Amino acid sequence: MTDTIRLQSDVLILGGGPAACWAALAAREAGRSVVMVDKGYVGTSGATAPSNTGTWFASTPERRARLIEERLKQAEGLGDVRQMHRVIDAATQHLHVLAERGYPFPIDDEGKLYIANLRGPDYMRFMRTQVLRAGVVVRDHHPALELLVAKDAVAGAAGYARQLNQNWEVRAAAVVIATGGCAFGSRILGATGLTGDGYLMAAELGATLSGMEFSNQYGIVPLHSSVNKGLPYGWASFYRADGSPIEIPPGQRFPVLARESLEGPIFARLDRATGLLPDALRRGQPNCFLPFDRARVDPFTDVFPISLRCEGTVRGTGGLKRADDDCWVGIPGLYAAGDALERQDIAGASTGGGGPTASWAIATGVWAGKGAAAFAKSLGSGAVERKVRPAGQAGLRPALSVREVDPAASVALVREELLPIDRNFFRSASKLAQSLVRLDSVWNELRDHAHGTGALGFRLREVAGLLVSSRWAYRAAEVRIETRGMHRRLDAPAGNPALARRITISGIDNPRFDLDPAPSEVLAS
Amino acid sequence: MIEILSESRCTACNVCVKACPANVFDAVPGGLPVIARQDDCQTCFLCEIYCPVDALYVATDPEHATGMTEAEVERAGLFGSYARALGWKKGREGGTDRDPTYRIRLASLNNLVPGQQVQGVAP
Repeated sequence: MTDTIRLQSDVLILGGGPAACWAALAAREAGRSVVMVDKGYVGTSGATAPSNTGTWFASTPERRARLIEERLKQAEGLGDVRQMHRVIDAATQHLHVLAERGYPFPIDDEGKLYIANLRGPDYMRFMRTQVLRAGVVVRDHHPALELLVAKDAVAGAAGYARQLNQNWEVRAAAVVIATGGCAFGSRILGATGLTGDGYLMAAELGATLSGMEFSNQYGIVPLHSSVNKGLPYGWASFYRADGSPIEIPPGQRFPVLARESLEGPIFARLDRATGLLPDALRRGQPNCFLPFDRARVDPFTDVFPISLRCEGTVRGTGGLKRADDDCWVGIPGLYAAGDALERQDIAGASTGGGGPTASWAIATGVWAGKGAAAFAKSLGSGAVERKVRPAGQAGLRPALSVREVDPAASVALVREELLPIDRNFFRSASKLAQSLVRLDSVWNELRDHAHGTGALGFRLREVAGLLVSSRWAYRAAEVRIETRGMHRRLDAPAGNPALARRITISGIDNPRFDLDPAPSEVLAS
Repeated sequence: MIEILSESRCTACNVCVKACPANVFDAVPGGLPVIARQDDCQTCFLCEIYCPVDALYVATDPEHATGMTEAEVERAGLFGSYARALGWKKGREGGTDRDPTYRIRLASLNNLVPGQQVQGVAP
């Protein structure tokens, strides 16, 4: 390997999805220099680029109130009205900024600009252009492996440039983690790189997490495909192998389908879409039709097999806990945005779905970018001269003797424990305990013996992120002895009012779980 | 996952090497790029639309290779089919200004009324 690539900036952004791009733009607008490093390619990275997503916005106070009312019902006591207001307002404002910058939103049948939808490939390609035009230094295929610290503050990051086979190091006054959520190795659109890296790196500096028990949202896919986009299923009927229809009570689609899928194969047909809808669905959601067209299935007339795939915290709500309205995560200079942050504020115990989560990425991206820029300004130019040390542990710096650890086998184990419906969708104390024994054993091996540099270091750090996220998710699920939102305990099928509180996680090896005080703002309006 | 890089179509521009978020392809000095890490493919189909000459084909199974051949993909007219459906051309974006998703979402709102059979919405 040749020399380490060395860069410096006021603000360093880790990640390449929408939250990362919005953070980079906001920090540039505040006059700071910005370097952006991404594991993949800014424009195709992450869960948004291959998708089509709604947005959560309101042009009138009445509409905003209605949106918040809807979300509060689903949040099951864990949402935050004040933050919902802030997210909707910031997202609405910046969706208009997007239009002003030239993003080609469609015009609807009433002749109005339709900002309620973003087509992933176009949106993220547009954001890449905006970021480059703003003078952000973008480094693709440069995964971050660890943060750098100066005393108690973050001072940059270090990683590996995959296509150059070189290590890199960026010194910065402030860092924004926008590395997305954790999909536990699930093969859903855009999730390969979503391995919980940002959670791990921030926790190594002492940042806390929350909502990790709400990490088991599942999405419908045509069997043997990656396309976990739900919109067309609003017009689906569901069937068993013998052709009998599966009745779905309102709001019960996922639990009913999950239970049926344990009994036998399940099927769907988009037979409730009539009139002009099939054409609008086809042209509006082209990615949804790839599995059908390539298998020569007409989903409007043919019954096709489906399955449910785990979406982890990508559509769940767990993540880093923020300490203030700027998305500061409690370590001097360290900020987070998008799916790297917990989203209980807007979603509570339920999924943020596409729309609220897309708006969350915009709002928190802007706030984190501004917050990081202000912090960088306050430190001044001497910030990049600070004496630093690297903070990465598991996978990079073994606690004990060096031994070979196979990253592929560890990923396979995470998949076995986290993806099956009967382990993660329907949880119980005994199943969680069994999984944790196996996850802990692999984690201990990694922590004690794995020593990776270069490409192997990259793989081992992904495994470390997956394992630490899995252990937090299942330990938090053990603590929450009740059923709330997507967290379903077979051995505690009802909600416990005393647990209508968030759970804060601190620590990596032996994490501590603390119940937050009951949120006072939930009932305020 | 990615299954075919058509040697007859590919011009070695290496856009796929650059744009794949999972770093699946490797550039080859003096030659065509290769699918070097197929198992890392996240089956997002984005390489297909970034390819300016429609030389890539991603099969929909994210876990197993199907063994589909270039001739079969060619015969079925599947090279570039996702780009055409989106309105992207020659690796350049296009078509989102004509996205009719607002009609779907409008119908989706109506669909929230329990028991109501959704009819097509007015154009």
